[in-house]
Amino acid sequence: MTKQAANWSPYDNNGGSCVAIAGADYCVIAADTRMSTGYSILSRDYSKICKLADKSLMASSGFQADVKALQKFLAARHLTYQHQHNKQMSCPAMAQLLSNTLYYKRFFPYYSFNVLGGLDNEGKGCVYTYDAVGSYERVGYGCQGSGSTLIMPFLDNQLKSPSPLLLPAQDAVTPLSESEAVDLVKTCFASATERDIYTGDRLEIVILNADGIHRQYMELRKD
Amino acid sequence: MKLDLSGFESTPPLFGASDGLSHGFPTAPSFDLPITGDFDGFQKEAVQMVKPAKGTTTLAFIFKEGVMVAADSRASMGGYISSQSVKKIIEINPYMLGTMAGGAADCQFWHRNLGIKCRLHELANKRRISVTGASKLLANILYSYRGMGLSVGTMIAGWDETGPGLYYVDSEGGRLKGTRFSVGSGSPYAYGVLDSGYRFDMSVEEAAELARRSIYHATFRDGASVYYVGPNGWKKMSGDDVGELHYHYYPVMPSTVEQEMGEVSGA
Repeated sequence: MTKQAANWSPYDNNGGSCVAIAGADYCVIAADTRMSTGYSILSRDYSKICKLADKSLMASSGFQADVKALQKFLAARHLTYQHQHNKQMSCPAMAQLLSNTLYYKRFFPYYSFNVLGGLDNEGKGCVYTYDAVGSYERVGYGCQGSGSTLIMPFLDNQLKSPSPLLLPAQDAVTPLSESEAVDLVKTCFASATERDIYTGDRLEIVILNADGIHRQYMELRKD
Repeated sequence: MKLDLSGFESTPPLFGASDGLSHGFPTAPSFDLPITGDFDGFQKEAVQMVKPAKGTTTLAFIFKEGVMVAADSRASMGGYISSQSVKKIIEINPYMLGTMAGGAADCQFWHRNLGIKCRLHELANKRRISVTGASKLLANILYSYRGMGLSVGTMIAGWDETGPGLYYVDSEGGRLKGTRFSVGSGSPYAYGVLDSGYRFDMSVEEAAELARRSIYHATFRDGASVYYVGPNGWKKMSGDDVGELHYHYYPVMPSTVEQEMGEVSGA
């Protein structure tokens, strides 16, 4: 009997895009709020951004069921950490935890493309970008999701930051001000919405700085 | 004293209860597996779908003063360049380096795991682990996951009591001791430059320049990092943008035609 290929897949792709930009003393994390499956829209108002700790936010696109499971797991681990250490997890620590969590499912991956944004221990913005199985690096800006191939070249053009590998070491954070970075993000999504069918409806922008967390919304094209 | 025999286990405890809160060491981590009859088919599909990031050109060689390690910095996911600034030289501990080629997550995770094992060895035995020992630990772990789709082509470079050491270890379970290695899709080009310029008795600067040139010729538009491992541990020699290196090696000279046109427009 010939082997039949599996016609049921445990994965689905719910689309969407996420972006994060690190500044000198702030971090901007943004994602659209459209959740789709195939050519249908499941929700126009689904948040892809999750607060993992006081100074870390994660935006994820891909398969939202896996994203939800991942967020629950990280929240539980963070709670344990708080009980054991009597403090919040720092963003670099959360970045390593996320990487390990993703790798522990190396042979049955979380279909989740993540961008972690927050403030490091010195109060500077930091953004970490991941692939689906946990390889990560700290960058000045990052984007993931169905619109990432449209948004990333634009961010490279506007924000090209010196590589963290260069010697002498140079800061990877952007010199833009907070409001300039927010405007840039709005421009990115407005353009991505034009050409990516999975991106649109509404844009959720979260700004993390020394004063705390602020949320903004912007309407995007709904077609 | 309980000996660490986890390296001897032929298969890691894959079906152990993973309660997520206590990932014990020194046992190998337990991985969730998909419930399917066709593991290989599932892995092929998963890899095509998630397209994990992969690396390209790395090299290392032993010379009179120690070991020189160099790598580029591009990562690709399928046909998309996911990053131009990946750290492919991983600092396992202050006197040992590992290079990354193949799956980025695989290399990052297992090098970090190796660093932890090396530190535990130091604490248990009150002396540093040798490069031979460290590479053997990694090779045994990778061998136990053989056939499961890990993609790791790495070199372990370090300085121990016997002097400089360099080993090549891969995810098929291979482990080779040697004096010159280059790993990755750009390695044929790097080998050409490296082999023709290599002499055992080079100075540190000459060796760094040879390493930089080899990476430059194998890549063009990413970064090249060069590290040197000596008796006092490793030191990062340079981190350059290869695009800049090109103009450093081949500076732009105004040609005579351009000079003439300049004179005409000035008139």
